Amino acid sequence: MSDSNQNIFERYSFDRTRLMDVLWDFQRRDNYISSNNIEDIALCLKLSIDDVKETLSFYHFFLDKPSGKHHIYLSNTVIAKMNGYHEVKQALENETGCSFNGVDKTQTFGLADANCIGLSDQEPAMMVDEVVFTQLTPNKVKNIIEKLKQGKTAEEIANPKRYASNTLDYVHAIVDSNIRTASRVLFKPERDYKKILNTLITTTKPEDVIETLTESNLKGRGGAGFSTGLKWKLGREAQGKDKYIICNADEGEPGTFKDRVLLTESPKDVLLGMIAAAYAIGSKDGIIYLRAEYWYLKAFLQQQIQDFRDNGLLGEQILATTFSFDIRIQMGAGSYVCGDETALIESCEGKRGTPRVKPPYPIQQGYLGMPTSVNNVETLACAGRIIEKGSAWYKQLGTPESTGTRLLSVSGDCTQAGIYEIEWGTSLNSVLNMVGAVNTNYVQISGPAGDSLSVEKESERVFCYSDLSCNGSLMIFDHTRDILNIVSDYAAFFVEESCGICVPCRAGGVELKNKMHRIIDGKATQLDIDEIKQWSKLLKGTSRCGLGTAMPNPILATLKKFPDIYHEKIIVQKGPLLASFNMEEATSAHELAYKNLVQKGAE
Amino acid sequence: MVKIIIDGKEVNAEVGDNILDAAAKNNVYIPSLCYVKGEKCLGTCRTCSVKVNGNIMAACTIPVSEGMNIEVNEPDVTDMRKALVELLFSEGNHNCPSCEKSGRCELQATGYEVDMMVSRFPYRFTPRQVDHSSKYVWLERDRCIFCQRCVDLVRDKETDQKIFSIKGRGTNARIEIDKTLADKMPAEQVRAASDLCPVGCIIDKSQGFDVPIGQRKFEIETIKERALKGSIDE
Amino acid sequence: MNKCNKNEIFSHELPTTPLDPETQAKRDAKIQVAMIGFCGCWGCTLSFLDMDEVLISLLDKVNITRSSITDTKRIPGRMALGFIEGGIANSENIEVLEEYRENCDILISVGACAIWGGVPSMRNVIPLEECFREAYIDSETAVPNAKKTIPFHEDIPTITTKVIPLHEVVKIDYFIPGCPPDGATILKVLDDLINGREFDLPSAMNRYD
Repeated sequence: MSDSNQNIFERYSFDRTRLMDVLWDFQRRDNYISSNNIEDIALCLKLSIDDVKETLSFYHFFLDKPSGKHHIYLSNTVIAKMNGYHEVKQALENETGCSFNGVDKTQTFGLADANCIGLSDQEPAMMVDEVVFTQLTPNKVKNIIEKLKQGKTAEEIANPKRYASNTLDYVHAIVDSNIRTASRVLFKPERDYKKILNTLITTTKPEDVIETLTESNLKGRGGAGFSTGLKWKLGREAQGKDKYIICNADEGEPGTFKDRVLLTESPKDVLLGMIAAAYAIGSKDGIIYLRAEYWYLKAFLQQQIQDFRDNGLLGEQILATTFSFDIRIQMGAGSYVCGDETALIESCEGKRGTPRVKPPYPIQQGYLGMPTSVNNVETLACAGRIIEKGSAWYKQLGTPESTGTRLLSVSGDCTQAGIYEIEWGTSLNSVLNMVGAVNTNYVQISGPAGDSLSVEKESERVFCYSDLSCNGSLMIFDHTRDILNIVSDYAAFFVEESCGICVPCRAGGVELKNKMHRIIDGKATQLDIDEIKQWSKLLKGTSRCGLGTAMPNPILATLKKFPDIYHEKIIVQKGPLLASFNMEEATSAHELAYKNLVQKGAE
Repeated sequence: MVKIIIDGKEVNAEVGDNILDAAAKNNVYIPSLCYVKGEKCLGTCRTCSVKVNGNIMAACTIPVSEGMNIEVNEPDVTDMRKALVELLFSEGNHNCPSCEKSGRCELQATGYEVDMMVSRFPYRFTPRQVDHSSKYVWLERDRCIFCQRCVDLVRDKETDQKIFSIKGRGTNARIEIDKTLADKMPAEQVRAASDLCPVGCIIDKSQGFDVPIGQRKFEIETIKERALKGSIDE
Repeated sequence: MNKCNKNEIFSHELPTTPLDPETQAKRDAKIQVAMIGFCGCWGCTLSFLDMDEVLISLLDKVNITRSSITDTKRIPGRMALGFIEGGIANSENIEVLEEYRENCDILISVGACAIWGGVPSMRNVIPLEECFREAYIDSETAVPNAKKTIPFHEDIPTITTKVIPLHEVVKIDYFIPGCPPDGATILKVLDDLINGREFDLPSAMNRYD
């Protein structure tokens, strides 16, 4: 085995649970993971070869064959498609000489689509190697590809001023933060973290920290809305040799990009929150699970952690106390379902992102079977503010049931896409005014897994946990947009991201997607609508995780809020043949086959 | 022991039992396809879905607790179990008449128990590749229902490594067999793997149609009778 | 279907001796049943005959019109029951199935082929062109050195892209699984329906093979 390979395994102590990192190291070294290297990995991590491939083949970005010197992934969200995705896609193919899902003849470019990469405020956007390019036009694409052909790296092109990758300037050079509102809780200028942590660790007991969080009524900002204080309380009470804090920075829900901006503009707030969590529950190890689509944030985040270490705020014996806590970054590799906390934990353990059977819950048995608190980036940032300013301060904002503020990542048909920090209790109407939305028809809240709203009927609804309980994603569509196509896009998204482990989601998802196609093709009857409702109940009732449960949401919600767009597509069966029976499709292959075979010499 | 309610009747259940086992011990049959008694709960097939205190859950995943109200024969959830079985039949290519596992197939037997006549879902006929590269095992992927029993429970005797693994995700996922490890399987293990597979996907190459119709496993005793006795295994 | 302008007459148009009115009346008063096999092996029809002597008492109540047993080639009028085996494999199957749906109150898919495609549907995972190639060009039993011919003519039906279950083409009312279903199973269903009872197939009688 080569020295280089040996180094990779040694770096991770031959630990099988670090397979994700091992795969990334091989891929970044060789551009893809060869079968020889897979054999070495299997040997050294004591896994069967297929077991290594089980992890490798699950994630969108792991490559097991040569895929071009430059890996280009074009975001294919509904927002991108409203803003020039098709022209950009065409330009990419023209300029590279490569077709999508292929490699060009010279092996320089590999092109593929990617599901939402967290940039819907500046789409069309694409990942190229370890950076991204936003606000694409065919001309921009031409320019970028030309430079790549000249031998420049993607990083050189995105970062012409050559800022070091661990700086804020680097991140800003690549991606805009687009914060549109004045800060209320988050995005405060540099704070005295040393002072805050000193107060925390030397004068507050862990139980008091939990008490403060509980008092503040902070609820999970990832979308589930679980009480943070309660989670940390359960974590403290849980039995386990080790305990873990995991920051969920997977942010895969389409239209969500608030965590991207938080990690750019207030990363230390997030670290502070993690330290508070660790202190509260008694953990010494933290992980930030960062989605691969945010690779350009990695070095910068690593620097933030290092800054804290250099200041004695992370590591062994923090601020000369007995409290030790350190954080490592775990990169994802392209999987929406890894935003689910148990799938995320599986990924941290080097496996495919299959959500676990519950019970047990992660807070009891999570990472490596130990009590684990998985918290969203924003939740941790808020927690960091609450321990500094107290729960009474926090409760002044928002409503009693939904305290504080929440970040919205807004995209679509609005004048100013970007980040908005609103107090809970704000109406949809106010937000639409804030963002400059005009002629709005339909709003998708919390991404495809969330809710579809009719602005005409529901604009007075309010952002709070008992009404519009939003994970942050807000996609706005005016009257020119085709809702059925958007819903069909979402259905296809879920099918692609399903882990496949349970019957209703894996198989049922395809059925729902096909029903949408049937409706759009004008071959659906009322029976199809009835079946959609029945089959949706099946998915919602029997799915193993939130993905399967959420799959039917866009269809059911738009059926309810925009019934006419469905009704005008419904046909009535005429005659004995079912409306869904496609005579053309059923009878066209014979002649075609005959002609092809005749061409090849038959009669 | 704890007291639970099953379909309106109060019964006793052993602490530590899941709902599936507790129901069987109380003579209430809940179908299942991925559950293997005594092994870790896989929770993949979802055909054991029942209502627990009003919420639909997979019975094999939930430990019993005092006062739990379980509905098995409630019409909605009964139809959901049937729908899941139908979904499996139309997702794969299940040609019972030509299958070596017919008569001892858990999917087929469960189809009979839920009174499936035809699938309500379109029959897909997805091309699936067979893998007969290993010496003793024929992997007939047409019939795979993705229960994950083989992935989790069939291991190399020496190293405990996985012989069967998953490749890909979602509807394109499929089971892979490690030829090197599979060729090291002793005959008993091959037969055990074939018996463990609830359908005719993992086929022991040395076993074909070896039992006459009428004398096959689930013809002698139905899957329901076996489940209520406590074990589906021979 | 007659595209050639030849001097032809259909068999049902040939002059026949009419039945005496009394027998005709008795026949008309019975439950009218039609049977057909599409892309199947006719095993389900043979299984129907496995009811042996019970058929005689069945025929007290039922008049079987079009079927391969009676050799009647047309549906003479409104039918109460259509007993169909075999799946859809060509365009003529589709036409006849339409006719059955239009003329029968109830349609029953009998056997694996009708219900989900059965053995013929094993070709569904292979593109049609490849099937033709295997059957007519690379076939083991093809005449060596002969010019290979693919059947394709306006006078013969079009082969469907895939073999299709009946209920994916028209509404089907009942299903009797099996390959073939047991004679007793078929009898149970027919007997229930004919005597005005609900369809009821106990799991002990339900078989897919």
